[in-house]
Amino acid sequence: MSERVPFPEQIAATSKVAERFGDLHPPLDRQAAVPEANRCLYCFDAPCTNACPTHIDVPRFIKKIASGNLSGSARTILDANILGASCSRACPVEVLCEGACVMHRYNKQPIQIARLQRFAMDALHESGAPLPFEPGAETGFSVALVGAGPASLACAAELRRRGTRADLYDARPLPGGLNTYGVAEYKLPLVESLREIEMLAQLGVDFHFETRIDAAGLAELEQKHDAVFLGIGLGAIHQLGVTGEGLPGVTNALDLIAGYKSGSLTTIPNRVVVVGAGNTAIDAAIAAVRLGATDVHIVYRRGPEQMSAFTFEYEHAKNEGVKFLWHVQPTGIHGSRAVEGIELTKLESTDDGSIVPRDGSEFVLEADLIVLSIGQATHSGFLSASSSKSGKIQVERGRIVIDRATGQTSNPKFFAGGDCTNGGREVVDAVADGKRAGVGIAAWLEAQHVTV
Amino acid sequence: MSPSKPTLETTFCGIPCLNPFWLASAPPTNCGEQVMRAFDAGWGGAVWKTIGEPITNVSSRYSSIDWEGRRMMGFNNIELISDRPIEVNLQEIAEVKRRYPKHVVIASLMVESKRESWHEIVQRAEDAGADGLELNFGCPHGMSERGMGSAVGQVPEYCEQITGWVKERARTPVIVKLTPNISDIRIPARAAKRGGADALSAINTINSITGIDLDTFQPNPNVDGKSSHGGYCGPAVKPIALNMVQQIQADAGSVLPLSGIGGIGDWRDAAEFILLGCSTVQVCTAAMHYGYRIVEDMQDGLLNWMSEKGFATLEDFRGMSLPNVREWKQLNLNYQIVARIHEDLCIGCQLCYTACWDGAHQCIHLDRTSPVPDTTRTPAMVEIEAARKISTTPIPKLDTGGAKRISTVTPLERIPRVDEHHCVGCNLCSLVCPVENCITMERIDKDIPAESWEERVAKGLVPSGAREVMSTNT
Repeated sequence: MSERVPFPEQIAATSKVAERFGDLHPPLDRQAAVPEANRCLYCFDAPCTNACPTHIDVPRFIKKIASGNLSGSARTILDANILGASCSRACPVEVLCEGACVMHRYNKQPIQIARLQRFAMDALHESGAPLPFEPGAETGFSVALVGAGPASLACAAELRRRGTRADLYDARPLPGGLNTYGVAEYKLPLVESLREIEMLAQLGVDFHFETRIDAAGLAELEQKHDAVFLGIGLGAIHQLGVTGEGLPGVTNALDLIAGYKSGSLTTIPNRVVVVGAGNTAIDAAIAAVRLGATDVHIVYRRGPEQMSAFTFEYEHAKNEGVKFLWHVQPTGIHGSRAVEGIELTKLESTDDGSIVPRDGSEFVLEADLIVLSIGQATHSGFLSASSSKSGKIQVERGRIVIDRATGQTSNPKFFAGGDCTNGGREVVDAVADGKRAGVGIAAWLEAQHVTV
Repeated sequence: MSPSKPTLETTFCGIPCLNPFWLASAPPTNCGEQVMRAFDAGWGGAVWKTIGEPITNVSSRYSSIDWEGRRMMGFNNIELISDRPIEVNLQEIAEVKRRYPKHVVIASLMVESKRESWHEIVQRAEDAGADGLELNFGCPHGMSERGMGSAVGQVPEYCEQITGWVKERARTPVIVKLTPNISDIRIPARAAKRGGADALSAINTINSITGIDLDTFQPNPNVDGKSSHGGYCGPAVKPIALNMVQQIQADAGSVLPLSGIGGIGDWRDAAEFILLGCSTVQVCTAAMHYGYRIVEDMQDGLLNWMSEKGFATLEDFRGMSLPNVREWKQLNLNYQIVARIHEDLCIGCQLCYTACWDGAHQCIHLDRTSPVPDTTRTPAMVEIEAARKISTTPIPKLDTGGAKRISTVTPLERIPRVDEHHCVGCNLCSLVCPVENCITMERIDKDIPAESWEERVAKGLVPSGAREVMSTNT
């Protein structure tokens, strides 16, 4: 294998745009971290650990910060979650570990678990120490992982620690999937995602970039490898299905976020309308503000009670100056050569609970850029086309059906995890899926080997 | 309750005191300028930094123990007695007494163990106007290597003899300051009393090494890469001091007016020392940490507490807790308490559970949601079950009610249950519980007359072989 350029060095130097995306939660220094760590009660069977999809032993890593054992602290984190640094920044901890902290019932602020986790992980990265794990003794098994996002990375790490070869295939030029391209820069900078994956690569993971796997490719992988892990995430963002959608000036939230993170998008027009009210819509709207838009709206079919964004994300967006229009449905996009506005129709509830457009309530919101963020399609088509000889991979509502404990699909040679199985959740959920699948694949391979 | 305002005025072996708060012989009483500022702040007395032949100190003299973010929970020093000439100290004592005639100035003394030397220093200190003398038989570092300080306090014969020499010449009360670096504080206390001491003060600092630097392997405080054992004090030593104070006050051969010292930082600490029989208290570390100003709340807080309790003077409660400190064999064996967990206050940390299993008697269980009580489930089993659970990030649309992860009500399965039949009433769970009054210890013995070990032995209820085990060293 030729000498590889480390991932963080493969991207252009920090652009001016990045300066607009300073840390949402700044790092702690030692003198702040240690008293905060000492505040932790060291709960037994801790609710924070239970709430974490990867079950990081939170009290344990926090007590190690208190005692000054920072390398032990980072190891505790990585042992449970190989993307511990990314998750410390990207996790919605308000509904996970910090939301579960018993301090809420003690009339006190929860322990700042995320910032403490970042403190331990930053210390490891600054120390220049290698990943505190070694690959396991080679088993001779080989696993193909489709997609190089958080699920596949976590799965690959478990496989390598168990001595199984891991080949990752990804359509993009860099690893990490949405962890690298899809998390708001003020939460997780692109370079931090790559730094962490670079460390993971010390386990001897084989990356195959800019390689798109189609049905035929999947069949080939099945033949070449002992098992296949599908960490393929979700597909393209849904279309609205209204007139004018093809006009220049209509984009989607994932392209917008990936664009500014990778430096290909550095400016934005003044008037931006984001359609949809999920967490990704919020990220896109805030990005538009930070990129210089003066007038940013989020439009949503229903009310604030029904939006899928977390409450703290909604509050953050309002603080950034994003305006919300509720109970409106886009019914057309206006413009001659490019987008000039979005036609919205007001919606109202009927007695039977359904929502219907109110006649004659149409109005046009002027806009230079329309950003769609109304959910992603799935890859179910590609999978149904790839029925293999060892069995079909069962898909339900576009999601790959798995055994949650092992990640195994209805075709025993195929395992899966992350957004393609859960319909789109957080990085930490994908890591947890990948971890369970890595353990599951290794156990399954070993069992196969014994019976042969 | 007494309608009149209580007073902090008191007397200590004949010396009238504005209040019981004295600064101990230490850096805060090094010179007249300091002592006068301390009196202005409200201190009732000061024991002057020990006067003797001037010494040379080392640079780097103090070190401390921090406890989870709080500084100086334990404090250590290797400073010696005053490094200023005797005549300067005595001139300043005279000056302070002239300007603050109602405030108490005690001269702390330490000279070589010769009768004439002691006679001379006693004469000079009293001529300067000191209200009393404190004999420093306690300093544990440096001076002890030269046959002074704790080298005297640790040998009852020396202690008695030097006290006697001082008493031959002294016209003011003589206070002997005791070292805790002995096996039984009563032995030197009795010696001092035999020697004619008018009062005692206790405790001096405790031999200590506060810590080792893990990068340089050098102990603290660092003097050119080396250190020496120092004297330990501050909040960490208060329980040790209280015990020694009680031992002195409960021993007929030792008991004398006592000035309590050791970890006193506020009025509560002071009240505890007075409840165990002290007439005044001496403070050093807290004043070094926060300055003389701490005495304001010491006065204010103690007066407010006295008002609440209906005490008019310190004598109204001095020694009040002494009868409550008994020998173990006199404690009621039929007194039985058990832990009760108050669900409404429980935050579900389960520290009581792990403490009871690992540190006590395995009688707290996590079975509130089990169909039947389950006392066989161990902490390891609980942890294995937890590791198997699959959690996901709750998303409002996908998980109804899932995003409401923040709960102000503790789920029942996280509230431990006390098996009252097996609870021995050790208190550990209530001590580790972070929430005040969440775990209370409730009395459950009903209508059983009190009975002590001593009484059981007297009734012949105890096998003969077991009796001697409990005997104490009185």
